[in-house]
Amino acid sequence: MTREVWITGLGLLSSLGEGAKAHLGVFDGDIDPVIDSERFAPFSVHPSAPLEWDRQIPKKADQRQMEPWQRLGVYAAGLALEDAGLKGDAERLAAMQLIVAAGGGERDYAVDGQILTGLRTAEKPGVFLNERLMSDIRPTLFLAQLSNLLAGNISIVHGVTGATRTFMGEEQAGVDALRIAHARIAAGQGDTFLVGGAYNAERPDVLLIYEMGQLLWKKPYASVWDRPGEGGGFIPGSAAGFLVLEARETAEARGATPVASLQAVAADQVTRGIGAVGASVEALWQQAASEFRPTGGAILSGATGITGITEEERGALAKLMPGTTVHAMGDVIGHTIEAQFPLSVAIAAAAIRDSYLRQAVVTSVGHMRGEGLAFLTSV
Amino acid sequence: MAQQHRDSFGRPIVAVTGMGVVTSLGAGKDENWAALTAGRSGIHAISRFPTEGLRTTIAGTVDFIPVEPFCAPLLSEQLATLAAEEAISQAAIGSAGDFPGSLFIAVPPVEMEWPQRVALAKASGQTGDITYADLLRAAGSGDFKPWHNLFLFGTVADRIRERFGTKGSPISLSTACSSGATAIQLGVEAIRRGENKAVLAIGTDGSVHAEALIRFSLLSALSTQNDPPEEAAKPFSKNRDGFVMGEGAAALVLEDYDHAIARGARILGIVAGVGEKGDGFHRTRSSPGGAPIIAAIREAIADAGLTPDDVDYINAHGTATPENDRMEAHGLTAVLGERMAEVPISSNKSMIGHTLTAAGAIEAVVSLLTIANGRLPPTINYRVPDPAIPLDVVPNVARDAQVTRVLSNSFGFGGQNTCLLFTAEPVT
Repeated sequence: MTREVWITGLGLLSSLGEGAKAHLGVFDGDIDPVIDSERFAPFSVHPSAPLEWDRQIPKKADQRQMEPWQRLGVYAAGLALEDAGLKGDAERLAAMQLIVAAGGGERDYAVDGQILTGLRTAEKPGVFLNERLMSDIRPTLFLAQLSNLLAGNISIVHGVTGATRTFMGEEQAGVDALRIAHARIAAGQGDTFLVGGAYNAERPDVLLIYEMGQLLWKKPYASVWDRPGEGGGFIPGSAAGFLVLEARETAEARGATPVASLQAVAADQVTRGIGAVGASVEALWQQAASEFRPTGGAILSGATGITGITEEERGALAKLMPGTTVHAMGDVIGHTIEAQFPLSVAIAAAAIRDSYLRQAVVTSVGHMRGEGLAFLTSV
Repeated sequence: MAQQHRDSFGRPIVAVTGMGVVTSLGAGKDENWAALTAGRSGIHAISRFPTEGLRTTIAGTVDFIPVEPFCAPLLSEQLATLAAEEAISQAAIGSAGDFPGSLFIAVPPVEMEWPQRVALAKASGQTGDITYADLLRAAGSGDFKPWHNLFLFGTVADRIRERFGTKGSPISLSTACSSGATAIQLGVEAIRRGENKAVLAIGTDGSVHAEALIRFSLLSALSTQNDPPEEAAKPFSKNRDGFVMGEGAAALVLEDYDHAIARGARILGIVAGVGEKGDGFHRTRSSPGGAPIIAAIREAIADAGLTPDDVDYINAHGTATPENDRMEAHGLTAVLGERMAEVPISSNKSMIGHTLTAAGAIEAVVSLLTIANGRLPPTINYRVPDPAIPLDVVPNVARDAQVTRVLSNSFGFGGQNTCLLFTAEPVT
């Protein structure tokens, strides 16, 4: 059995704002990236646009139980359900499958700082650590740290309770979430899925991970394509992207309007070395996008700006589809890790719905590992 | 042409052809099976870190694999490697470093740990109050580069992929305490789709450090009956007072049944059914009526083309928290009816503790060993029966019994409920 997979709902948010319209300036060439270079100087971030949480997370108690990465995701999931006409449709939501790409981990920065300060002079550091953690950590912080609790909160707030699975692994988690949902729908292993990811870049602990890897772009803003020659690096962005995917038959039976058709999603994770990423992107293209036609089509790239992999991806795309417009999502929303691929696919779908494009290919080359590619067409 | 076997829904049949396991009881199936059927506990006083000032001072840590200094992703990787080596060697599939299929691996969420924070704080040279700005400044030196990769969520899976040569994009997943079962479920689905002839499904967890333990402690989820450690985990008992954290890993080679018999592989059992259902009631508690648990159990049985009357034995989630055991017993009784009073059910967690991310995979291996050996591992520490849970928990001593259809339950925070149904090799 192979069934067509339709995208029937989009939930987008980033530094550009919320909703599809806020992101379509990408295709008019009329968009100014929003960057905050002060708050975490010398690091820049694309901060989340201000949101009225109450609009998608009505209960204050729910809002309090979440940290920002979860709130961003729950909010975008609500937008996607609304867009698909499924918000509050208890019966369908109870059967809906959920696949979330998530990180996790939030810290209490003040507590961490106090403990590190105290540890310096503590006579018995291990015992000191135990005592401070036992008395200073909010018990519910754990629930904001657990990776699968973004999905858990979507179940609680929106009633999506068919079954939930959480994929981890940075960019590739977002790629595989869409790949598995697509494969399951196509094979009849599920009819309706909510798929997406969320990322909060405005966290010193996540900046720390990437700064250890020397991967953050600290110079004045430049396009991802121009960064490799200058040392390379990415600017993290806060964002979330969720999509409702349905078997065509299921969507038609409920009279849903398709946004776009998700033709194929391909993924691989090759051992990195010179030329490996370029070859991987080319192979994924052959697998998933051989029917792409450049007329009325565009490529949305998840290129990071990191030296080596960025040039290889660009080279592969230029070889495959010379002359086709390539929009670097990293230039406008930043690098949004787990959210990058689902959000970029959502932006491509929005462009197809509003007739900016008839077809699109979305790429992801993870900053450390993993390559992915999606091919979308109008219905 | 070879005969094509299909299940009652016309799908490829998913066979298990290799299994590996490591827990606090030891490395390998033989050692674990001997200990589990002897009713031996792997729970002990924690020596990995100081426990002064903690309410819980015991766990089923795996201390016989040297990871010095301790770091959760490194131990989790080691445990997964050991289990995968055993499973692949038993399956005798592919060649060294060339496993012919995908990898689905349940890994504990990764995070930077205190020793690394302390090292960064020290390197920052800050002598006053330390903040993350100091840590970030120290990170900029480039001296800590390997820690970037160490603390990425996808690293353990990538290293396992490289080592065993699994194909495609490996999936790292978490569904909290049902993660191990979800890894198997994803593998089953891939084989049923015809995408893979073989997959490697792993659950691993080596994450007992002070903060991890304290988090569960602050949620009052852990047993505090520290002395003697081996008697703390008391699933289904009236005096149960929480779970004991454990570590371990299990790996299963899942294979299209026809592919397995065509190459002459020994069939260890069948993953006949998978079921799952989300629960939107609460972040840590089940819906009061247990409807999602009931739905997951029903779905696993139905997905195997069976009825509740066909279930011979249950490998319980059985964490020993007051809530879990009551809800699990309630859910099972709702599905199996009066017959549930006579269907044996036991909890491996009474001996190895709750291995969290790995639990569903470890308990899958034990379920299949139970079928193969015709012997039910006991629920140890069962001295004070709970009148509200009138079940045959195989109390304290293992029992001989031929079982061919075993249900294994996994439930987790965040409304995760996943059930698997294992059977002996089909007679076709």
